[in-house]
Amino acid sequence: MAARVIDAGGLGELMALLADEGYRVIGPRLREGAIVYDAVAAPDDLPRGWTDRQAPARYSVERREDDACFGFNVGQHSWKQFLHPPVERLWSAERGEHCVRLAAGEDRPEKYAFIGVRACEIAAIEVQDRVFRDGPFTDVAYARRREQAFIVAVNCGQAASTCFCVSMETGPKVESGYDLALTELISGGRHEFLIEPGSQAGGALLARLSSREADGADLEAADAALANAVAQMGRQLDTDGIKELLQSNADHPRWDDVAGRCLTCGNCTMVCPTCFCTTVQDHSDLEGARAERVRSWDSCFTLDFSYIHGGSVRQTNKARYRQWMTHKLASWIDQFGTSGCVGCGRCITWCPVGIDITEEAAAIRAAPGEGGTNGRA
Amino acid sequence: MEGLERIVKEHPFFAGFAPAHADLVAGCARNHRFDAGSYLFHEGEAANEFFLIRHGRVALEIVQPGKPPIVFETLGPGEIVGASWLVPPYRWMFDARAMEMTRAIGIDAACLRGKCDADHDLGYEMMQRFLPVMVKRLHATRLQILDVYGKR
Amino acid sequence: MTIDPFLPALYRVDGARRELSDTVTLTIAPMAGARPAFQPGQFNMLYAFGVGEVAISMSGDVEAGGFVHTVRDVGAVSRAIAAMEVGATIGVRGPFGTGWPVKEAEGGDVLVIAGGLGLAPLRPAIYHLLANRGRYGRVTILFGTRNPADMLYRHEIEDWRRRLDLDIDVTVDHADQDWRGNVGVVPNLVPKAAFDPEETVAMVCGPEVMMRFTVAALAEAGVPADRIHLSMERNMKCAIGLCGHCQFGPTFVCKDGPVMRYDRIAGIFATREI
Repeated sequence: MAARVIDAGGLGELMALLADEGYRVIGPRLREGAIVYDAVAAPDDLPRGWTDRQAPARYSVERREDDACFGFNVGQHSWKQFLHPPVERLWSAERGEHCVRLAAGEDRPEKYAFIGVRACEIAAIEVQDRVFRDGPFTDVAYARRREQAFIVAVNCGQAASTCFCVSMETGPKVESGYDLALTELISGGRHEFLIEPGSQAGGALLARLSSREADGADLEAADAALANAVAQMGRQLDTDGIKELLQSNADHPRWDDVAGRCLTCGNCTMVCPTCFCTTVQDHSDLEGARAERVRSWDSCFTLDFSYIHGGSVRQTNKARYRQWMTHKLASWIDQFGTSGCVGCGRCITWCPVGIDITEEAAAIRAAPGEGGTNGRA
Repeated sequence: MEGLERIVKEHPFFAGFAPAHADLVAGCARNHRFDAGSYLFHEGEAANEFFLIRHGRVALEIVQPGKPPIVFETLGPGEIVGASWLVPPYRWMFDARAMEMTRAIGIDAACLRGKCDADHDLGYEMMQRFLPVMVKRLHATRLQILDVYGKR
Repeated sequence: MTIDPFLPALYRVDGARRELSDTVTLTIAPMAGARPAFQPGQFNMLYAFGVGEVAISMSGDVEAGGFVHTVRDVGAVSRAIAAMEVGATIGVRGPFGTGWPVKEAEGGDVLVIAGGLGLAPLRPAIYHLLANRGRYGRVTILFGTRNPADMLYRHEIEDWRRRLDLDIDVTVDHADQDWRGNVGVVPNLVPKAAFDPEETVAMVCGPEVMMRFTVAALAEAGVPADRIHLSMERNMKCAIGLCGHCQFGPTFVCKDGPVMRYDRIAGIFATREI
């Protein structure tokens, strides 16, 4: 089905139709000075006329000159909090006099519709698909939520200074993995959205919206918006041979340098849309009759993440930062066949001391081989 | 003495030794037989000889007051017992007990030290063989101290 | 895979045998059905109600009816499991992980090298080697432990020693005068063992320090790096590659291990804090 064009009214129709179909509609909202993802019902719930300004350790929102619905990039939230919830009960158990009964986890059959998913975010979701759904073991709950999710993507018309999706080949254009893709066309007097179906479900929904056919000018305007995003791309990361580069520089002095700055606060892992580490806690009631196992987000930056036999394998800041960055850019490729980084820049923006993953990678690349593979003193 | 020369030359410790040097060493050597349970030497005694074990097993022990001695190493055929003869004040720092009937060649320390002083090449050859053995033992001792099988 | 891999199956403790002051061997059987097959070297996640889970290798025969696990009390969960009595209920997820290369080792000599509790994950491999003795050349077991009183499976070791088709050498870190065996470290047993380094597969399990220096001794003896196999250990939570905790360089110990071929991990094995 070919591309169509809708206006803000059409966007409202889309959101209402999704709600009618039983989806929990989630989209960007402005809340307490940041653009977060939460329930939205209509286009006016979106951060219309707002944009974000991002830099290492800096995030703020400011008014745009126009009324764009999606005129910003990404905030500290990602869609992973819905597909891979921060806290989830895996199972509960009851101990009777002679037996123990187990019941599988909470049934949260959430049907989510995500409005405004960026190309880098689709890439991130697909990265997590490889972890949770496509490996030798499947997180059944994740697979269910994923299968039911309806994705309305948005092509970015601008880039933040911390964005580098072009380097990671994940954007700014959404190529696949969506049900519908919007490109906001806002200039002069007009405010419309190019809307393209990416799946049967998307096409079916599009057919129910009031829309007009897209013409050459619309397509050109959409291309121009994307070109603007590319031109503004704030940073870049050279991924050529990055796996070998990082894996053969485990003792590079740069790791000591970043260790002097890193607080191991773990912000980066919380905001990163692909970080997936979790921990489990077993709880029981005071009588010991009921027990449950709860899984929650964890971070490789915590001191006891790698605890065995009375101590942690990775005690120093250096070891923990190195683990995170090497995993993200290098080990991930061995483990899952893709990079773990999608170039969204969140880790740069939300690091309280402004550590920039692109800068760290460049520093090691600039002077490789200053530390060998072996941990020689 | 010919039997001893042959025995010295064939002992693994002296593999690759120049025949002339082996003769010099053999000149300081004599045969020993230790019955099971008997001691080759005690801590504090003058380190007059060091031993090349030919057959049997020797336990190196340290005594403590009020408790039985602790064995910290056992050595078998082909191995060397004793390095204290090389280092002043030339006194043994532990006990060495034959765990079973043990035959060994004892090399007179003063005799060999004298010959090494006179012939530095011989001295160097001896050091070259002794040092790796000592380093390996030191390394093993460090591993034992770590108590890797203990609970953390 | 339709079974929820997060959900434990319920097993019953059929046997509990005290091995050492802090170590117990449990024999467990499923409450319903038969237990799944496993390979020597694999592990289960054992669950103590309300306390938690811990990764414990199988230490019994692959042919036996239930699972056998030797557990040392080193923390809250292992303490709870080691304290279980016959009739207790225990949760089991597994088997997980990679096994010892008993097939690959056929046709050549085998060196089984264990340190301390490391003998437990190797015991199923030893049983396999002995049950299929004709397929292997010279089989040698080298075992090191703290002292004679802390020797795991002592009676079995004595049985193995009595066999004519098996070489076994044992050493302790220190001993009293009643001990008639070796005193010294495991790596030093390697040069004394009889095996053809070019036709040998070595399986090593024990504290990481012990494995590190044993590997060095094996290399010095001429065993190629791709014929040395170690059993690695890291923090484990999910055991199915989804929680990230057990990462060891680019590998997950729960699914790329615990048994790993040394040449594949040599670089990270020597790197500190990885």
